Amino acid sequence: MSVLAELVDASLIPSILRALTPILLAALGGAICAKAGVFNVGLEGFMLVGAFAAVAGSWFTGSAWVGVLAGMLAGAAMAALLAIASVRYGGDEIIVGIALNLLAVGLTAFLLRTVFGHQGTFTDPDLQGLPTILGQTPLTYLAWLLVPVLAVFLRRHVWGFRLQGVGEAPEAARSLGVDTTKYRYGAVLASGVLCGLGGAQLSLGNVVLFSHNMTAGRGWVAVVAVLLAQAAPFGVLLAALLFAAAEAFGFRLQGVGLPSQVAAATPYVLTLIALIVASLRARRALGRAPGEPPPSADRPPVANPAASSHVSLE
Amino acid sequence: MTTPTAPPVATPAARVRGVLRSPVFLSVVGALLIGSVMLLGAGGNPIEAYAAMVEGAFGSTQWRNTLIVAVPVVGMALAVAVPLRAGVVNLGGEGQIVLGGITAAVVAATVPLPMPVSLVAALAAGALAGALLGTVPAVLENRLGVPLLVSSLLISYPVVAFASYLVRFPLRDPGTGLPQSRVFDEAYRMPVFAGVGLSALILLVVIVLVVQVDSRTPFGYEVRLTGHNRRFTEYAGVDVPRMVTRLMFTGGGIAGLVGAMVVLSVPYRYIDGALVVPGYTWTGLLAALLARAHPLGAVAAGVFFAALQVGGFGMERETEVPRELSSILQATVIVILAAAVAATARRTRKDRA
Repeated sequence: MSVLAELVDASLIPSILRALTPILLAALGGAICAKAGVFNVGLEGFMLVGAFAAVAGSWFTGSAWVGVLAGMLAGAAMAALLAIASVRYGGDEIIVGIALNLLAVGLTAFLLRTVFGHQGTFTDPDLQGLPTILGQTPLTYLAWLLVPVLAVFLRRHVWGFRLQGVGEAPEAARSLGVDTTKYRYGAVLASGVLCGLGGAQLSLGNVVLFSHNMTAGRGWVAVVAVLLAQAAPFGVLLAALLFAAAEAFGFRLQGVGLPSQVAAATPYVLTLIALIVASLRARRALGRAPGEPPPSADRPPVANPAASSHVSLE
Repeated sequence: MTTPTAPPVATPAARVRGVLRSPVFLSVVGALLIGSVMLLGAGGNPIEAYAAMVEGAFGSTQWRNTLIVAVPVVGMALAVAVPLRAGVVNLGGEGQIVLGGITAAVVAATVPLPMPVSLVAALAAGALAGALLGTVPAVLENRLGVPLLVSSLLISYPVVAFASYLVRFPLRDPGTGLPQSRVFDEAYRMPVFAGVGLSALILLVVIVLVVQVDSRTPFGYEVRLTGHNRRFTEYAGVDVPRMVTRLMFTGGGIAGLVGAMVVLSVPYRYIDGALVVPGYTWTGLLAALLARAHPLGAVAAGVFFAALQVGGFGMERETEVPRELSSILQATVIVILAAAVAATARRTRKDRA
């Protein structure tokens, strides 16, 4: 039983919470976009640029909070590119999102070398990280607080109402005088800010450094969390919690002698299993046996209405 | 498809104007301009840097490097372009190339076979492994409605980790301290004829096959139709889910073959990260997007992006500007292109109305 004791103890919970914060913040951003009818797969890139800007901001001013602000702004700037290319000009949001993710990897590597003169990783004892309250950064508390706030906003506030209208019935919203473009812009920019916060948590909270491609797929995990929860804030929290637990648990597995590759793969395998289980359940709820073709293949049951794996080449 | 604004009478001048106004041309120029701004910001001279890039990619001895990199990049561009032709985004290239590579390495390390049979076996095993891995997300989407876009990406992580485990433990060469396999037997080394590697010749065959099927067969026609309008094609009675499975099988197979070819070439051993770190998958993906899934276009775009990549190293040597500028340029082209294509389509629709 000593193995189990090593895997599960009281300190597992704080490490789960730490792993949760970046994923949750990014996923909430993705949820807002999904509500507005934008399938945002650029979360990974927004977060990576946010993480870099947070380290740069903190390093050059000596204040972690300026770093957080820089991360938010950088995330919003990346998001603005998605908004211009996809919302303004109508470019395919999946293609633009994927390209922005790759742009973020190249851009941060380029800036790491030109701004810091480092390759791969930058860290310094003088680099200011975020303060902690009861072992967690303020961003963790903020992330948790945002879950009910967003839920209430979407259900009770007129802007939240309109936002959902823009996603579900854009024509109807437009005929009621709602500027759908403005709402989509707002949603995408908000996701950029939230991803920037998530990136700051990653590079100034969970660790105090920036390293090449340090988001390592967390943004994609956030995309899956949005799909699983159909963009409902509390559902997003639950899904993100599942992946954070897998990440924290994966690290523990390393401690009991399993190869580190198992730890690296655990969260993604679990994410995939969760997607499959959710699809099976959704299928069953619709009263069809597994294996029967879906009513419309470009609307997978676990996805939000905006989500489709198929891009248009027109 | 990329030039919906074809002028009615194609005089040479009109044709030149058409090229200048084409979204691909606009996006490449736009990306180079944005790259110039970044170069100036980094304290470099854009003209010098771009000249060093061209020299680094096509200079007297450099073009050979460009060709060597172009083989896997073009291969991975096709691995994405084949399914993308029907509008399906294969994000699982990383897993597919790595599984193909490690499968070929396992065959080479464990099955003693005579020369031509050995290579055929290792390449076929690698391609089949990639193809089967590519099929999984397609089946998951067709049967359960799991979005292929994310499942193909997620499935790569455990595959890459598994390959990394294999080469660090069971397959490791105990003679070196590095995570790499032993050097393969003579029989498992890709030959080179008169300076041209067998890999390049095999890739040429793949290109010809893909182009033929795409342009000369009913299946290719249905695939293109699906890319334009999936719902219409389904109405017309085409079994699109089955098509998606076959396309992902093919795309994964090409990726697996590329992985096997790279691993069986110099330095004739599986090195952990050798298929991931150079970014063949992502460069190829961006090239396929630049070509908007047109097979020959993907080949041209793959060569272009491989040249950018290799030229980046030359630029870094000559001007000390980090070579990552190449990746920035590639991704920026695609962002602008996506917007430009949509804007052009919108304008055409308005003109016709």
